[in-house]
Amino acid sequence: MPHRPSRANVGRRQAANHLFSVLAILSTVLVIAPLFAILVYLLFQGVRSLNVAFFTHLPRPVGEPGGGMANSIVGSGIILALASLLGIPVGIGAGIYLYEFGGGKTLANAIRFTADVLNGVPSIVMGIAAYSLIVVPQKHFSAFAAGVALAIMMVPTVTRTTEEMLATVPNAVREAALGLGIPKWRTVMTVSLKTASPGIITGCMLAFARVAGETAPLLFTAFGNQFWPASLNEPIAALPLQIFVYAVSPYDEWHRLAWAGALVLIVLIMVSVTLVRVVTGRGMLNGGH
Amino acid sequence: MGVGIEVEDLNAWYGQTHTLKGINLQIPANSATALIGPSGCGKSTFVRCLNRMHETNPVARAEGTVRVGNVDIYKDASPVEVRRRIGMVFERPNPFPTMSIYDNVASGLKLNGFRNKRVLDEVVERSLRQAALWDEVKDHLKSKSGASLSGGQQQRLCIARAIAVDPEVLLMDEPASALDPVSTAKIEDLIFQLKDEYTIVIVTHNMQQAARVAEKTGFFLSGHLVEFDSTHKIFTNPSDKRTEDYITGRFG
Repeated sequence: MPHRPSRANVGRRQAANHLFSVLAILSTVLVIAPLFAILVYLLFQGVRSLNVAFFTHLPRPVGEPGGGMANSIVGSGIILALASLLGIPVGIGAGIYLYEFGGGKTLANAIRFTADVLNGVPSIVMGIAAYSLIVVPQKHFSAFAAGVALAIMMVPTVTRTTEEMLATVPNAVREAALGLGIPKWRTVMTVSLKTASPGIITGCMLAFARVAGETAPLLFTAFGNQFWPASLNEPIAALPLQIFVYAVSPYDEWHRLAWAGALVLIVLIMVSVTLVRVVTGRGMLNGGH
Repeated sequence: MGVGIEVEDLNAWYGQTHTLKGINLQIPANSATALIGPSGCGKSTFVRCLNRMHETNPVARAEGTVRVGNVDIYKDASPVEVRRRIGMVFERPNPFPTMSIYDNVASGLKLNGFRNKRVLDEVVERSLRQAALWDEVKDHLKSKSGASLSGGQQQRLCIARAIAVDPEVLLMDEPASALDPVSTAKIEDLIFQLKDEYTIVIVTHNMQQAARVAEKTGFFLSGHLVEFDSTHKIFTNPSDKRTEDYITGRFG
């Protein structure tokens, strides 16, 4: 007589099923709740100080009402663009090497290890490194130094996601290209990267969003500035820095501006991430999976 | 037009394992040649040695001479040149998932830098017609992904992609083993049509398939080519006892 599941404990199994479903839903709520709480609180605190001037004016001295963070918004944009421009190509390149060419080589293992360690380095240490490597020799703070510091922080995330996403591309797809007489580098650049691109883009966005809010590395590099950015070789204003300066100040007016700045920062990150997704998601073919 | 293939004393290894042992054979031009044998006998390794695909595996290596037409493919050509002349169709259909049907077929030309749109259009239509897929896909060539087709259609798409670069030889590694009987019959019809223009080498587990499509058949066993003769002779009056045992199902 083959063993059959008995009908006897169906009720118990259904109860267990319900229990675990409820636990899973509860965990989901717990994950989402902090994000919503932060957003709602930021909206509540920050929206009052938001006006057109916030986006168009420079900061005013203490006591003078009004003023905005326009230079910080532009400054953050410049620093992040620079960081992405430097960090993403290097990260993707290293990821390609690790998966497509590294094989079991010692160099690949060394790079992988370095990337993992780099990922764990506290951001303030990254700031000090950029300070001593770029700011000290140049004898001035600069947007460039800030971009480099953030770029280095982006590299490990981009490298490891690129490697992992390339690993999900079926080998059959690579063989198809190689079998057509397409050279290896071209196979990698077109077929492998293209197939892995949705995941790689997500990795880049994660890295971007992570460094967008970093303050510590900017303290020693961007330094902050009350005026419009004029050159990459000058100290530059940045949203997280400005928020920090206003938040630790003793003035209520500045506290309100800091809340508004935090709200703008988080909204800008969400908007840019969504925008990249929409733009890169377009042109996808229907069908597929 | 297809060209013949001459193989002389071909040996291959995966790491320490000697998988092909002194293979000698001559594959005639513009005909279909089937390779049969139990799993692990070396027939897939053998076809991969014919277009140097085995080199994509870092532990694989081969020694010996393979002449395709008049070219010694191990001495006088790069792997990339070899594979442009010798197309390959794999066991599992492997269309490029991010490309449209059109781009899949055009990929061999496009990714080698060919851009003339009028010629590409022509090649895509001709290849899809040759692969008997044109009527099924002509209305959504550029709007549907290659991966949206059924398994049998995908395999015919892969055949279209392979013949779009106008190879002289077409290697097929169990092209129908992942397909249902209807799709299999379509692929076999296709091989029948294509062999007038290309030299076809087909690895198969299905002996009826070998008997249906191939003029010549080779029987592989543990890395040796046991017997290579006309398909009729192999299936009706094999010279070697081991071939007879295999085709009558007494082992394997």
